[in-house]
Amino acid sequence: MIAEIGHFALILAFAVAAIQATVPLLGAHRGDAALARVAVPCAGTQLALVLAAFVALGIGYVTSDFSIANVWANSHSTKPLLYKITGVWGNHEGSMVLWVLILALFGACVAAFGANLPPMLKARVLSVQAMIAAAFLLFTIATSNPFERLHPAPFDGQGLNPILQDPALAFHPPFLYVGYVGFSIAFSFAVAALIEGRVDAAWARWVRPWTLAAWMFLTIGIAMGSWWAYYELGWGGWWFWDPVENASFMPWLSGTALLHSAIVVEKRDALKVWTILLAILTFSLSLLGTFLVRSGVLTSVHAFAVDPARGIFVLLILSLFVGGSLTLFAWRAPLLRAGGLFAPISREGGLIVNNLLLTAGCATVLIGTLYPLMLETLTGDKVSVGAPFFNATFVPMMIPLLVLVPFGPLLSWKRADVLAAAQRLWAAALLAFVTMLASAWLSRGEPVLAAFGMALGVWLIVGAASETALRIGAFREPLATVFARARGLPRSAWGTALAHGGLGVMVLGIVAVTAWRAETIALMQPGQTVEVAGYDLTLEAVVPRRGPDHDEEVGLVRAERNGRTVARLEPARRVYRVRQMTTSEAAIRPFATGDLYVVMGERDGDGWIVRAYFNPLAPLIWIGAVIMFLGGAVSLTDRRYRIGAPRRARAARVPAVEAAE
Amino acid sequence: MTRKQRRMALIGAGIAILGVAVGLVLHALEDTIVFFYTPSEAQAKAIAPGERFRLGGLVADGSIEKIDGTTIRFVVTDAGRELPVTFSGILPDLFREGQGVVAEGMLDAHGVFVADTVLAKHDETYMPKEVADALKKQGHWKTGEGD
Repeated sequence: MIAEIGHFALILAFAVAAIQATVPLLGAHRGDAALARVAVPCAGTQLALVLAAFVALGIGYVTSDFSIANVWANSHSTKPLLYKITGVWGNHEGSMVLWVLILALFGACVAAFGANLPPMLKARVLSVQAMIAAAFLLFTIATSNPFERLHPAPFDGQGLNPILQDPALAFHPPFLYVGYVGFSIAFSFAVAALIEGRVDAAWARWVRPWTLAAWMFLTIGIAMGSWWAYYELGWGGWWFWDPVENASFMPWLSGTALLHSAIVVEKRDALKVWTILLAILTFSLSLLGTFLVRSGVLTSVHAFAVDPARGIFVLLILSLFVGGSLTLFAWRAPLLRAGGLFAPISREGGLIVNNLLLTAGCATVLIGTLYPLMLETLTGDKVSVGAPFFNATFVPMMIPLLVLVPFGPLLSWKRADVLAAAQRLWAAALLAFVTMLASAWLSRGEPVLAAFGMALGVWLIVGAASETALRIGAFREPLATVFARARGLPRSAWGTALAHGGLGVMVLGIVAVTAWRAETIALMQPGQTVEVAGYDLTLEAVVPRRGPDHDEEVGLVRAERNGRTVARLEPARRVYRVRQMTTSEAAIRPFATGDLYVVMGERDGDGWIVRAYFNPLAPLIWIGAVIMFLGGAVSLTDRRYRIGAPRRARAARVPAVEAAE
Repeated sequence: MTRKQRRMALIGAGIAILGVAVGLVLHALEDTIVFFYTPSEAQAKAIAPGERFRLGGLVADGSIEKIDGTTIRFVVTDAGRELPVTFSGILPDLFREGQGVVAEGMLDAHGVFVADTVLAKHDETYMPKEVADALKKQGHWKTGEGD
């Protein structure tokens, strides 16, 4: 019964979305306020219906209702409750319901909190949002029905792929989707603005909080995925340039560019056409990512759907929305009036360089991701494009960006003085230089670029800190003044400093792991010792253990440094009973200097193959991502961006405060 | 600067950055991409020792032998030709005889493929796509093994 309710709710949601996609648009076109207002209750109803479907599927999972094919294929009665719940989106059909749920959630939020949006703009935004929802609801109902029944109901399910049974991975898709799908709001606003033919500072203020929220969740979602790969796949790596990873990274790159260009629209009324284009491209990249993951053209751990009908359907949606919005853009963008003038060296100019480098970097990732597909289609040759490609293309595009980031917030609008900005960064430059010398000395100059990379990280962190210190007058003014100024500093300025500093923290982690990871492989018998990066690892014993749904062999490893025991690690090899599948569970012990990482391989005679890594500063990669997320969160609480706060009338005379800084 | 000059400066910067990106991509596509071959294709193309490529196929039955503690030797077959492979390190959890495998590395002077990475399928219903396609082409595909 519950499955039929869920199925019915999905179909109703499609009908509501279809109304929401057409009626308000018509209302806005004719200037009929009554028709335009239909959008708001529709958005709420649509959310309620999709939520009902999602909950129905969730109940199916929690109660292990194996008469639902989807539950049977992906769950098992002995599975821990957490994974029964997260199993809802651990498969293609369920994850599509989650996708649509988040889409509806964003639409409903605009409807609920956008009380002071101009009514016609709001109607158009919600209509465009509903078009996307309708397309994906139709896709879900027609090709990926999660509520299909099985007759007779099987006794027990097939279980979830055990490497997917993991807390970080369980919550990785919702975060990722909030990010991915959240960019749909920027897209809907962009398309609505094109229909209206009007983009102004107020428009940018409405769009920015949504874009920022989406960006924050995408940041944390990508970080969670990479953290999962780091400790679960047992290869000690944290980013593989896997096409599915790239699929989420590309919208992040162009979303970051969008976040920055929207500032220019808001503060200076310039770059409007470019910002609209970026909003369209960012969501198009999200759709492309969905297509790549869902269509089965890529084979990867993450790709579950291998059904050509689905691939063609998503491709249709992709071409419809990307093609449609770009056509609209080509037709309507010339109507947008060009705004404020500025010199090439200015805050605006700096943000343009940021945008150019980010989009060019994004383009290199796009080419690297699609090239193997294109080559195989055209010539039949199979190639793999991996880390060497991206290191040779993407990384060189990012280095100038990282060098320039600390300058950005120090440049003034309209016309800026680079020398003055550089002078203010003397502390950052000095510390970066000291870092470079110190790391070159510590690592005996190997590899050469690593010392430069470490300096870059410090440059970003200290650069962000000095900008804040300057603005609050730290070290110059009396303490009371500093505190007063710190309180008065807009939250968005704190957010910027945090996000840029977090980026620096991440750079330190990435550079250190890439350059100085140590690795040892050995066949070890109990009692034997190997050394990695100054740690002596002794395999004391291997003992069997029994978990709720798996049996494992656990290696008891003692780590000593200079004769003193500093850690005990327990790498394991698990066999999951339901699927008879083996996984290696890495044991990771973080130290201040980095992660000690031990994986146990197969048994060989009396011994086990043990692989041990020392990953210097590895945790900084994820700590950096969390700081960036917090930076976004702090920025989001800025009074001026509070959702719905800006009004068009007031917005026209606002930029004065910020420009005076 | 006039409006026009400013616009030209921006467009110039855009073209310059895009040009650098295109240059880097073209250069990287020459050097860094790795081709995928089955043993038959690898032998037909007469690949020189030292050239990196990915080798895919099935691990031949009874071919896995240990050389020393962490080094093993096995044979990859596509039911047509066979190619011996050596690998040092921890094998993936699902590395088995008769199963699909993708190894990355290069041939040595004796025609042995020295792998530095070995990927196996991630679960029992997944087979590396390249392997599945290659086996289908050779007519050795058993339904129910994947896809």
